[in-house]
Amino acid sequence: MQYNVLEYLEGTVQALPDKVAYANENTGISFMEVYNGAKAIGTFLSSKGIYKQPVVVFMNKCPEAVVAFFGVVYGGDFYVPIEEEMPRFRIQLILDNLNPGAVICDRASKKVMDSFDFGGEVYLYDDMVGTSIDNNALGRIRERAIDTDPIYIIYTSGSTGIPKGVAACHRSVIDYIESLSEVLGVDESTVFGNQTPFYFDASLKELYSTIKAGATTYIIPKSLFMFPVKLVEFLNKYRINTVCWVVPALTMISAFGTLDKIKPECLRTIAFGSEVFPVKQLNLWRRALPEAQFINLYGPTEATGMCCYFKVDRPFEEGEVLPIGRPFRNTEIILLDENNRVPARGELGEICVRGTSLTLGYYKDFDRTAEVFVQNPLNDAYPENIYRTGDLGRYNERGELVFVSRKDHQVKHMGHRVELGEIEVNVNMIEGVKSACCVYDEEGKKIVLFYVGEASQKEVAATLRERLPRYMLPNHIEVLETMPLTTNGKIDRKFLKGRLYTTY
Amino acid sequence: MEILLEILSELHPDVDFESCDTLIDDNILDSFDIITLIAEISSEFDVNIPAEEIVPENFNSAKALYALIERLLDQ
Repeated sequence: MQYNVLEYLEGTVQALPDKVAYANENTGISFMEVYNGAKAIGTFLSSKGIYKQPVVVFMNKCPEAVVAFFGVVYGGDFYVPIEEEMPRFRIQLILDNLNPGAVICDRASKKVMDSFDFGGEVYLYDDMVGTSIDNNALGRIRERAIDTDPIYIIYTSGSTGIPKGVAACHRSVIDYIESLSEVLGVDESTVFGNQTPFYFDASLKELYSTIKAGATTYIIPKSLFMFPVKLVEFLNKYRINTVCWVVPALTMISAFGTLDKIKPECLRTIAFGSEVFPVKQLNLWRRALPEAQFINLYGPTEATGMCCYFKVDRPFEEGEVLPIGRPFRNTEIILLDENNRVPARGELGEICVRGTSLTLGYYKDFDRTAEVFVQNPLNDAYPENIYRTGDLGRYNERGELVFVSRKDHQVKHMGHRVELGEIEVNVNMIEGVKSACCVYDEEGKKIVLFYVGEASQKEVAATLRERLPRYMLPNHIEVLETMPLTTNGKIDRKFLKGRLYTTY
Repeated sequence: MEILLEILSELHPDVDFESCDTLIDDNILDSFDIITLIAEISSEFDVNIPAEEIVPENFNSAKALYALIERLLDQ
């Protein structure tokens, strides 16, 4: 039985030491290089006495960043990926929440790191990776490791304005990667084209499946996702055959007729998630690549990664909704109604996840953890946690699970999970803003901000840019004389939403 | 040109689009902006930008983008 994610790497390095594991357009590193680099970094951390602590990896997205992640795990610590494109304000919040044992930087990010309010140790990757490996020290760390120890923390949007750090352990990642590789059919011949940033759980799919199966992952430059023809050329150049992308990245290609001009010749497995794939766009893809397998994935960060899948096995017409299908092996989906009972077949219920794939919860936040990681209400015999996703779903007549909507103000925008409340909290902090409300225009896929106050739209936009990630910035900002209220005195979101379609 | 500048400032109120010619090189525009721009241009100018024209050179400045629109309108 496997207890530690590093066993994937240790198995593959025996079989395929010289094969390229991770690469970008400039450089590629072999499994042996990943293995040795990670052990050197683990040795370094151990020699500094940094053990069982969060270690921030603040590096540009590149193959070496992955070595740093595994290095942190070798050290018996857990990694927290951060990138410069994240807003400063958010990085500071994360540093404050974590109080990390160390920060690993590359030369460029070191300069940025020095400008933060942080008293801990900052080390350069290049200095760490040259450390001579101490197998005894690493062996002692491994002996004491337990499969429920955390290996990473990934931050996700929080409605209170403070991001939540989801901590996941060896066990849940192994459970996830075993089932996922089976669904995607990952093997030695798999060549992934990675799209999602390393600071999201979505990238686990490529990073861990690669060391498990001896596959190869190419990191696709972010800028290519603006230019569809160049993107497909990249896929062809590196013979990429498997992608797990957010939906907007795929529709970026199909929406402009790209597939009529150039086809991704090697693609055979196309998995997508994060939001509902519009059937019109899916059909353009299927027509261009009739042999390829299309897989709809669904799952929250709190259940490690994806927990449901649907292999597109029949034609879909516009207007039909693609199901999220069925749970991965060793995972159960329970639907619960308002009374915590299982709704009648075909009726709406909250999607709840049961199984080993549940993460440990939110780091240093027992209160918010207890709100959503709760005792299974169907079990009154022994302690058993389920995760309440806040997503509403139902089963269709074929018995496939279908996502319907959210029960709160969380939206999916540009492939990211966004709490509208987090944006509102940040707007309300701006001087000269009296009241703020965000609504989501599903049709135009826009976040629309309404606020009351004397602050100018420009000021509001500029301040938010410093505080929020790019994908959380409102696409349209409107100033109101007064905020519409419901009879209960709450902001009338319905009224504001109605306004969307009449004013612009 | 005015309409185009308006569309652009709606996306990024704090950027001077009349002078900036490094919209792509300096990461000012991202993939969401490009998609929004193409949709807005299509509805305001009644012109569809084909995939092969969605390249950095055409999006680096408002001027380049406007030249592209005019070129497509002439066709």
